[in-house]
Amino acid sequence: MKKTDHLKYYHQMVLIRRLEEKAQELYQLGKIGGFLHLYIGQEAVATGISAAMAEHDHVITTYRDHGIALTQNMDPGVVLAELLGKQTGCSKGKGGSMHLADTDLHFWGGHAVVGAHLPLATGLATAFKYKKKPDRIVCMFGDGATNIGYFHEAINLSKVWQLPILWLCENNQYGMGTSIDRASAVSDIRNKADGYRMRNADVDGMDVLAVKQAVTRGLNHITKHGEPYFLEVITYRYLGHSMGDPERYRESAEITRWKEDDPIGKYRKYLLEKAIAKEAELDKVEDDVEVEIINAVTFAEQSAMPSDEALWEHIYTNPASNKQGVLF
Amino acid sequence: MAQITVREAISQALREEMRVNPDIILLGEEIGVWGGTYAVTRGFYDEFGPERVRDTPIAEGVIAGAAIGAAMGGLRPVAELMTINFALLAMDMIANHAAKLHYMFGGQFTVPVIFRSPGGGGRQLGATHSQTLDVLFAHFPGLRVVAPGTPYDSKGMLKAALRQDDPVMFIEHATLYQQRGEVPTHDYIVPLDKAEVKREGEHVTIVTYSKMLQVSLQAARQLAREGIDVEVVDLRSLRPLDMEPVYESFKKTNRAVIVEEGWGSYGVGAEIAARIASDCFDYMDAPIKRVAQWEVPAPYSHDLEQLAIPDVPRIVEAVKEVL
Repeated sequence: MKKTDHLKYYHQMVLIRRLEEKAQELYQLGKIGGFLHLYIGQEAVATGISAAMAEHDHVITTYRDHGIALTQNMDPGVVLAELLGKQTGCSKGKGGSMHLADTDLHFWGGHAVVGAHLPLATGLATAFKYKKKPDRIVCMFGDGATNIGYFHEAINLSKVWQLPILWLCENNQYGMGTSIDRASAVSDIRNKADGYRMRNADVDGMDVLAVKQAVTRGLNHITKHGEPYFLEVITYRYLGHSMGDPERYRESAEITRWKEDDPIGKYRKYLLEKAIAKEAELDKVEDDVEVEIINAVTFAEQSAMPSDEALWEHIYTNPASNKQGVLF
Repeated sequence: MAQITVREAISQALREEMRVNPDIILLGEEIGVWGGTYAVTRGFYDEFGPERVRDTPIAEGVIAGAAIGAAMGGLRPVAELMTINFALLAMDMIANHAAKLHYMFGGQFTVPVIFRSPGGGGRQLGATHSQTLDVLFAHFPGLRVVAPGTPYDSKGMLKAALRQDDPVMFIEHATLYQQRGEVPTHDYIVPLDKAEVKREGEHVTIVTYSKMLQVSLQAARQLAREGIDVEVVDLRSLRPLDMEPVYESFKKTNRAVIVEEGWGSYGVGAEIAARIASDCFDYMDAPIKRVAQWEVPAPYSHDLEQLAIPDVPRIVEAVKEVL
């Protein structure tokens, strides 16, 4: 692997971390409304996924979507603008934190109904396969989503129709406030794939290179064998489910333990120990990210809110239909 | 022109469009090898093959979801939900996703998906197989909801639906498939957002759609024999709602009866009545009357079931009440 790749991954993880911290701040200042689900602790997962994806691959995920948005090359200013509800946001301020997307970047969005994007992923994969494209889709979802009906319907159909999907479970040990063993008959999530005779694996989600390797392996399997694949990524979120989560469901000692495995810290240590990068180079990455974040905040704060007319846009594809037959 | 059934009309629309547009694929339970439980897709599997006519597992969530995702990915999928009763299992997909994805992501992609689903009762299929749930779908901005009542409209509106980019809930009716009507042999479409006067008259306006259109036309013929001349306005589209022909008619007759197969309270008729009363207040000569299914779950026993469903005598009585 090239040094530039290493530095890129380090940069991406630091960027995610700093953006999430900034988002936390802006939320506490009342500038971000609604729900905010932060990716802190899981940076290695999004980074590893995007690193493994080919240009023709796609990704779709849950509402905890800021990480993958950035690793799919969404401009941090555009992310923050969306969080602030500005018209320059990736979803024109119509989606917010849970609904970032940029289909030009092959990122089909964050989705807020747990498990609902899994059937959508089967549809996207069906279209790719029907059109004889080499495209594959990584469908990210949490451990909490593995108990909902959609999970079973979508996983089953993907196997029956042999769809090019990498089902990727970000197992951060909790579905909102409920630990896996309280919610799921099977806590080794990858074993659920066995129930569908689907090839599966698991990987340490705090290790960015391991994630990249595991996703690569999965994508290769999909192409080579023309069938879906299931990857359980074992990770942890350092903050609550969302802002305002009082976290009554876990001990702070547990959080402390997982923080010893901080993906960014681990990777930094690895790069230094293997003499892949020097301390100064990594510090420079962090400094660059500080500037990026400042610029992103400036862009977002200086952007305009959507006009009133934007309320009525994109209800239908023909603008003339947007206000047709409605009651005022 | 040719005389064909609603079933044939829907089948023709699908077949003709599929022959010219390779992006159209069908998915649903038993639509392929079986030929469709209402025989709409008979012969399609042989003509178009398993890639384009996909039998699915019994899993409405992923049937609807895969159709939506395939639409996002550039295809034009038509998902059949075997009956509208089972569409409830796909409600989150239809209402939370198909209707909203275009909006939520700032118009980044379109969702040109069509859900075909027959509703209606009267065949002793019991409470969970006999419902008319149109109004539930009509409630959601972002969806187009249509319910044609003739072969002409069925073929023309399905073709129109396949040639545009919004998600469409195409509501059919289990006992309307046999209904015959004239259909041109040349290609044509019917707009997805226009109501139409199906029978001109002077004394009372009947507003209706789908199967109840045919029952209302029967009632109109009976009333004509008694010298009562009713105008029948066919909504055809529930969302967007086209009230222009309804208002035009009401201004002429000053009396309205709304006929629907769904339950009365909170139904389609409630919406139409409220709009007429609000926008044509000065033209009202009588209270607006709604004829709807009695609010009971459908029972199995034959005569019992028929009691609840609007029929010609009930419509005739309602028309006389407003005169």
